[in-house]
Amino acid sequence: MRYIGRRLVIYAVTLWAAISLNFFLPRLLPGDPAAILIAKMSRNGDVTDAQLQSIRRLFGNPEASLWTQYIEYWQQLFRGDLGTSVSFYPTPVTELIGAALPWSIGLVGMATIISFTVGIGLGMFAGWKRGTWVDHIVPSTTLLQSLPYFWVAMVLIYFFSVQNQWFPIIGGYNVFMFNGPEWSWDFVGSVAYHAVLPATTIVISSVGGWLLGMRNMMVSTLGEDFVVTAEAKGLKKRRIMTTYAARNAMLPSIAGFGVALGFVVGGFVVMETVFSYPGIGKLMITAVRGNDYALMQGVFLVITLTVLVAMFITDMIYGLIDPRARQNV
Amino acid sequence: MSETQATKEAPADVTPEPTEAESAAVEVDAPITDAEATSHADDSAGASAERDVVVTARNVCIEYEVDPIVKAVRNVDLTIYRGEILGLAGESGCGKTTLAYGINRLLKAPALMTDGTVTFHDKDGDDIDVLALEGDDLRAFRWDKVSMVFQGAMNSLNPVIKIRKQLFDVFTTHRPGMTKVEMEGRARELLSLVGVDPDRVNSYPHELSGGMRQRVMIAMALALEPQLMIMDEPTTALDVVVQRGIIREIMRLREIFGFAVIFITHDLPMLLEISDRVAVMKEGKIVERGTSQEIYTNAQHEYTKKLLSSFPSLTGERGAFVRGGEDQ
Repeated sequence: MRYIGRRLVIYAVTLWAAISLNFFLPRLLPGDPAAILIAKMSRNGDVTDAQLQSIRRLFGNPEASLWTQYIEYWQQLFRGDLGTSVSFYPTPVTELIGAALPWSIGLVGMATIISFTVGIGLGMFAGWKRGTWVDHIVPSTTLLQSLPYFWVAMVLIYFFSVQNQWFPIIGGYNVFMFNGPEWSWDFVGSVAYHAVLPATTIVISSVGGWLLGMRNMMVSTLGEDFVVTAEAKGLKKRRIMTTYAARNAMLPSIAGFGVALGFVVGGFVVMETVFSYPGIGKLMITAVRGNDYALMQGVFLVITLTVLVAMFITDMIYGLIDPRARQNV
Repeated sequence: MSETQATKEAPADVTPEPTEAESAAVEVDAPITDAEATSHADDSAGASAERDVVVTARNVCIEYEVDPIVKAVRNVDLTIYRGEILGLAGESGCGKTTLAYGINRLLKAPALMTDGTVTFHDKDGDDIDVLALEGDDLRAFRWDKVSMVFQGAMNSLNPVIKIRKQLFDVFTTHRPGMTKVEMEGRARELLSLVGVDPDRVNSYPHELSGGMRQRVMIAMALALEPQLMIMDEPTTALDVVVQRGIIREIMRLREIFGFAVIFITHDLPMLLEISDRVAVMKEGKIVERGTSQEIYTNAQHEYTKKLLSSFPSLTGERGAFVRGGEDQ
C-alpha cells in the first residue's frame, strides 16, 4: 500500500509538470490561435464584431497575464474543457479526442501487448535454447526492428491490399456498411478485420526488440546460482524455465515496457496516417497541419496522460512481480 | 509413504553408522598417502559389496572443451561412505566444484565428463549408474538421493518467489502425493530444524540475512532426507561467527539424519576439524587422502604440508595453527 501511495505522489508531480509544460510551450510559439481562426473565417466573408468578441472569449484574452491564463487553464481542465477546435470548428476538442482515443488505445494497446507477449515468449525460448540453431534466427528479428513503421505499413498494404485484396487499405471500419461506431458483432468484426494490417505493422517492427532483450536477459539469468539450484533440485525443465529463469529475466523488459509506450506513440502517428486510421495520431497530424493549437494541446495532453497511466500500470505490475521493488524505491 | 518411513528409520538405523564408516575408512585408506594409482585397487575391491558405501566414483575425468582444452579433473577416484563427512580441500580452480558437479550431473557445456563411472549405492540395495540417468530418472534422482548446498549463499534462492513456494517446489516435484497441509507442515518443520523461525516461509529471500539464507538452503537440502549432501563452500560468503553456527548446524543435523556429506572448501584447518576423511586436490588430481588425524599429524604430500603451513596459528606463528576450544 505504501508502495502504491509513494508511486501516486511521484506520478501526481509528473502530471503537474507535464500539464504545465503543455500550457507554456504553445504560448512560447509564435502565432495566435484566435487570429488564425479569424483569418480563416474572414476568407468566407466578413467577421462581425460580435463574432470577434465571442472568439476572443473562447480562446482566452491574450492581454491577460500568463499567470491568470495559467489559472484559467487549470479551471478549464477541471471542467473538462480543452477548448474548441479550429479545423473542426465548432466541435469541442474533448469530443474529437473522445472519438479518436478508443481507436488508438485499442489498436496500439492491443498490438503492443501482443508484440510484448510474443517477443517475451520467443525470447524466453531463444534464451533457453542458447547455443543452438535458434541463435541464428535472433539477428533477423533485429533487422525487422530496424525497419521504419511507415515502410512496413506500405509493404503490407502493397502485398495484402493491392496485389491480393485480402485486407482493406484504409480506415478503422467499413464506412459503407456502418454510419458510425455502434455496438454490434458485425461492427466489432469489421473493426478487427481493419485492424489486422496496422496491428501487424506494429508487431513486426517492435517484436524484435523485446525478443532480443529477453533472450539476452534469459541467458544471463540461466547462469545464476538459483537456476543451478533449481536444476539440482530436480525440478521439471518447464518449471525452471518459467518460474526460475524467465520470471527473473523479464523484469527489465517489464520496466522498459512503460518507457517503450512513449516511443510507440511516435510510431502510431506515422502508422495511422498511412492507414488513415481514425485515431489520435491522425488527429494530431490534422491539428498540426491546420495550426489548430487547442486540438494540438489537447492531443499532447492526452498522449502524456496515456503514457503516464501506462507507466503507472507497469509500475504496479512490476511491484507485483518483483517483491524487492515494493520495499525499496 | 516412503517419506514417513524414511523419517522413522533414519535416526534409528543410520546414526550408529558413522563410527562404522570411520573405522572402515581408516582401514581402507590408512596405508595410502599418495593416492593416485595405489588407492584404486583397495577402494574398488570391496566397495560395491560393502553396504556402507554411498557413492563410488572411479577414474573420473572432466574437461572443459575450450581452446586449449582444460583438464579440470584427472582420473579421480572417490569413495563416500554412508554417514561420513568427506572433506575436499584445495585451492581455487583445482577442480573441486567441477568434480562435485560431475557427481550430481550438473556439468554444462563446455564442461564434459570424458571418462569414469559414478555409482550411487541406494539405501534399499539398488546400485544406480548416475552417468546413465537421463530425463525424468535423472530429475527424480537429484535432490531425492543427492542434494546440494551451493557456494553463493546470497544467490541460491530465487529472489522473486517466497521461501514457501521454493520449498513446495521440491515436494510437488518429488512427492506428488503430498497435500498442501502436509507440505506446509513439513516446510515449517524443516525451517525450525535449521534454526530459522518457521514463519519465514512467508519471506522473500531478500528479507533474510546471508546466514539465514544459507540455513534455508540447508533446510531445503534436507527436505527429502537425501543420503548424500554435497556442500560446495557453503560458508564462504559468511563471516566466521555465522560460519561456525552453520557448520555446527550441519554437524548436528548429520547426527540426526545420518546423511553423508562431501564438504568442499579451501579452508583445510576447518576441514580437519569437521571431517572424518579429507582428500586434498591439486590441479585436478587428488594428491593426498586420509583421515583428518593422519593429514593433521602426518601429511605426506608437499602440497598438503604447504596448505597446512599457510594458516597462521592464533599466536601468529605460521605452520602451527591451533583451532581448539570447541571440539566437533
